[in-house]
Amino acid sequence: MSPRQRAYYRGITLEPYDLVKEGLIGFLLVGVLVLGLAAALSSPDEPPLTVQHVAATAPLVFVQTALGELNGTDSINSYGPPYNSGSGSVQSLGPVSFQRLAGVHIPIDTAQGMVLGPLRRVAQLEPSVAAALRTFDGATLARQAAWEAAYGVALAKARIQGTTVGLPAGGYGPVAPMLAGLLDLGRSGLLEPAVDNSPRIYSTDNTRSILFLQSAALPAQAARFHLVGSQWGMMNETGNYPGQAWLWLYTLGYQVPAYASSPNADALVMATIAVLTLVLLLLPWIPGLNRLPRLLGVYRLIWRDYYRDRAAPVAAPSPPAPMPSPPEPRARTGGRP
Amino acid sequence: MNLTATLRERLRHDLPLDDVLPDELPAYVHSYVYLFGIATIAALVILIMSGIVLAMAGPTWWHVSPVGHFLNSVHFWSVQAFFFFLVLHLWTTFFQGAWRDGRGATWVVGVLCFLVGIGTAFTGYISQQNFDAQWIAEQGKDAMNAIGVGAFFNVLNFGQMYDFHIVILPVIVSALVGLHLLLVRMRGVVRPYPAPGEPGEEVRP
Repeated sequence: MSPRQRAYYRGITLEPYDLVKEGLIGFLLVGVLVLGLAAALSSPDEPPLTVQHVAATAPLVFVQTALGELNGTDSINSYGPPYNSGSGSVQSLGPVSFQRLAGVHIPIDTAQGMVLGPLRRVAQLEPSVAAALRTFDGATLARQAAWEAAYGVALAKARIQGTTVGLPAGGYGPVAPMLAGLLDLGRSGLLEPAVDNSPRIYSTDNTRSILFLQSAALPAQAARFHLVGSQWGMMNETGNYPGQAWLWLYTLGYQVPAYASSPNADALVMATIAVLTLVLLLLPWIPGLNRLPRLLGVYRLIWRDYYRDRAAPVAAPSPPAPMPSPPEPRARTGGRP
Repeated sequence: MNLTATLRERLRHDLPLDDVLPDELPAYVHSYVYLFGIATIAALVILIMSGIVLAMAGPTWWHVSPVGHFLNSVHFWSVQAFFFFLVLHLWTTFFQGAWRDGRGATWVVGVLCFLVGIGTAFTGYISQQNFDAQWIAEQGKDAMNAIGVGAFFNVLNFGQMYDFHIVILPVIVSALVGLHLLLVRMRGVVRPYPAPGEPGEEVRP
């Protein structure tokens, strides 16, 4: 120990210590603990929800989602930055919207990117879809909207027959064969790569395919695992495993009614966490808070042996000295009482 | 000015080997309370070791290999142990007022370890390529977008999150933990609050 630290600890008993040995023993003990837990309890790995699974097991949900992407009623279509210039999910803190300021960096056109674009691939192989697409593309926007609206009304009376969606006759023009073609594409497992549609061969970006599922299928699956926001959301884990418990304060924000009911809930929770984080960071310099440990008195328990020894009659308290500078040659100068 | 000589003198003054690797410490350090920090670092080492093997085998390996799944389990329980011990360390250092006597920087770097650790774990959960990852990414996107971060830190982009998880954030966490350790050794552990009847409140070196 340097003379400077020795001076700081003046009046305090120093004892031999082996930090390296302590580190090695700690590593071994924690290693045994972790290996034991891993061997005994394993870890969760619930398979991802795929578009293929939704198309096969919940075709009505699939078609409703696809119609929402096509006619623009899906929440992503009006979300706002970073996906588009909408305002449906734009949040702000007072007059400032950091979301708006950041701008559109991940442009998403749900009709083209999630329905029409993938269908153009199907059209290469399926003449009926190609014909339906030609009809749809050749119609006016008003006509397209009328077909989509009629299809939406018909969906309310849809009957599921196996993996197909049976609809009553109606004036929805080419929309029915288009969405039937998209359902086939979904069932084949090829919709995800078509939706994520990287301009390059290699893609590691799943933004669009996850957004395709986010309106109905993902929340329904999450509810089964008790993962929705009102159930403390993403700090939980699938199965009976601990999740990200360290996010408890963040998820607590969403349980506060005033925050949860606000259209700016996410921004408010994040701002609150930012303020609390700053307080934690700057704790040493915040008057009052930096003396809180002394007031709480838990330190008396932590250092109970130290205070017991100090209270003994032989103890001769001596105040610590400021750290000297520069360092001097090693010498045991008053380190032990 | 010779920068090399300046740096050498600075290190010699602030980081003498006698303080970096001391063979004697205050007697009150002989307490389980002082083990939480070393247990946190032990868990971090196991996290990094298991993470390196998982990264070498690629992100899909552990889903199809029993050995890979076991290594993922080690990684999973290591992160639980890491935060368990880290939070205990955080609480005990708080109750000690461990920032006293010029140790504010040590506290700040420690809190930064905690915060960047949360980011590392968060990107890890998103990189799992399972339902949990899908759901956390879908839920997390709104919070990131609401504060304008989502445009540049896209939690739905597996490739970007995986890069953050296996390279960028672990390097930052490791550097911060290293700096935290150096600061602890440079300053030494804080003295207990003065006992009843003892004079003085804090020592400003």
